[in-house]
Amino acid sequence: MSDRRLAWLLLSPALLVLGTLTVYPALWVLWLALQYRIPVFGISRWAGLEHFAFLAVDTRFWNAAWVTGVFTVASVALEGALGLAIAVALRGQRGGRRTALALLLLAWALPSVVTAKMFEWLYHPAGGLVNFLLGGRAINWLGDPAFALPSLILADVWRATPFVALLCYARLLTIPPDLYEAAEVDGAAGLQAFTRITWPLVRPILLVTLLFRTLDAIRAFDIMFVLTGGGPAGSTESLTVYAYRALFQTLQIGFGSAIGVVVFALVMLVAVLYLRVIGRQEAAA
Amino acid sequence: MRPIRPRDGLVLLALVAYASPFFWQALTSMRPDAELLPLTRLLPSHLTWVHYDVVFRQSLMPRALVNSLGIALLSTLLAVGLGALAAYALARLPVRGRGVILLAMIAATAFPQIATVSPLYLLMRALGLRDTWLALILANGSFALPLVIWLLTGFIREIPRALEEAAAVDGADRLATLRWVVLPLAAPGMASAALLAFLFSWNEFLFAYSFTASEASRTVPVALALFPGVFEVPWGDIAAASLLASLPPILIVVGFQRYLVRGLLAGALRE
Repeated sequence: MSDRRLAWLLLSPALLVLGTLTVYPALWVLWLALQYRIPVFGISRWAGLEHFAFLAVDTRFWNAAWVTGVFTVASVALEGALGLAIAVALRGQRGGRRTALALLLLAWALPSVVTAKMFEWLYHPAGGLVNFLLGGRAINWLGDPAFALPSLILADVWRATPFVALLCYARLLTIPPDLYEAAEVDGAAGLQAFTRITWPLVRPILLVTLLFRTLDAIRAFDIMFVLTGGGPAGSTESLTVYAYRALFQTLQIGFGSAIGVVVFALVMLVAVLYLRVIGRQEAAA
Repeated sequence: MRPIRPRDGLVLLALVAYASPFFWQALTSMRPDAELLPLTRLLPSHLTWVHYDVVFRQSLMPRALVNSLGIALLSTLLAVGLGALAAYALARLPVRGRGVILLAMIAATAFPQIATVSPLYLLMRALGLRDTWLALILANGSFALPLVIWLLTGFIREIPRALEEAAAVDGADRLATLRWVVLPLAAPGMASAALLAFLFSWNEFLFAYSFTASEASRTVPVALALFPGVFEVPWGDIAAASLLASLPPILIVVGFQRYLVRGLLAGALRE
């Protein structure tokens, strides 16, 4: 058998699975988004762009877009700052590195449904640790529209920061220590060493990591669905939760798919940005 | 193991504090019901196994654990099995459109599940696969496949070609070389890819929540999200159930940390 034929033989099972279960659904959802499809009422007809026209004036949609936007920007920014700080702290670590990484990565590796249940309990008005540590207050963190989104963001920051920290830490380990020693000899220590040495070297990785996290934050579903269910009063209803509700609770397959397509488009936009940044970095390297 | 300096100890302590939400949940899982609500003291008067007892005897968790484990193992097998073959072709054989295929793999890792869940749901229903293991094995396996292919292509490229050439000189054909030279050398990389695929499936919620309808196929995250309470929320039982759901991830970050870290770095840096 020629190498060329063997190559296709080896590739074809994977491509067949991806074609059926990834590419085909990705195209099908575009088609579904152009339909009225409500199976319980036996409705199935062409809608064209009507779902999108409706979304353009749908206040619930714009609220969900706002929630997704705030959630994404706030959690990614916090994860960047906190992740970098943890990475810098870990860089000097000599003993107990494995333990440190295990403690750090635990939050990342847990199922997000577990994280949601954990934080639901931490935020509980009467039984939660948060109010207990605040001296026995009775703040309803998840029930108050003013607090729900920040509380949700905090839970996601806890879950995802380890990922950012790990990638920055891995980059910091590749910086030769003599660079810092030389800087110290030249009188640059502490903050100056950070701004002159650490920051320029870690910045490209941080940027890539944060773009990657942005993709995940736009796609996030589990944590808000389980922790707050989009409530109270829609204050944490993201685009993904709205799409899910339309698809599986009001059973509007066409309309729900249209919201899914919007999420799809947003994610692809960020992905293109991501590939460009990578391309530019490779060109610069 | 290196000695722990005071500074190292401080960082470790800070990380223990960071992980404290998990430790608090562990403590809650052993706290007597009477001391849960309202919370009046930090440490419980005594520890109890009663919540675990309830979870094991009276909840759907035992069945969900079996479902999750089976589905995660089989979808990992699917992703790594198909992924390794494809990756070998992409790394070593002449493939027209290789660049396009690899780019498509990266793009596919960014697909949002919420966009493909509705067509996949209709597809599973049409195939009569609703509420079966197979639906989730296919959905999770195919979702992890692009990342697995991407990782393994990179790992196989790192294997020195000279070893394969030596095997060819000794008369081994391509498939024998793949079986006896490449796969063993790629084993650590395959372990990394497998861990990520397993974690994805173990943690996956949206597909499992949408495609399952009964305990026949409900996974751990779904059972946890739907954890029943009769009159009040059983926080202690939920804590015990979430501890059980956390066991494989804990095993992975403690026991297989090297492979996990390697996979995460290679997957995110996409070099």
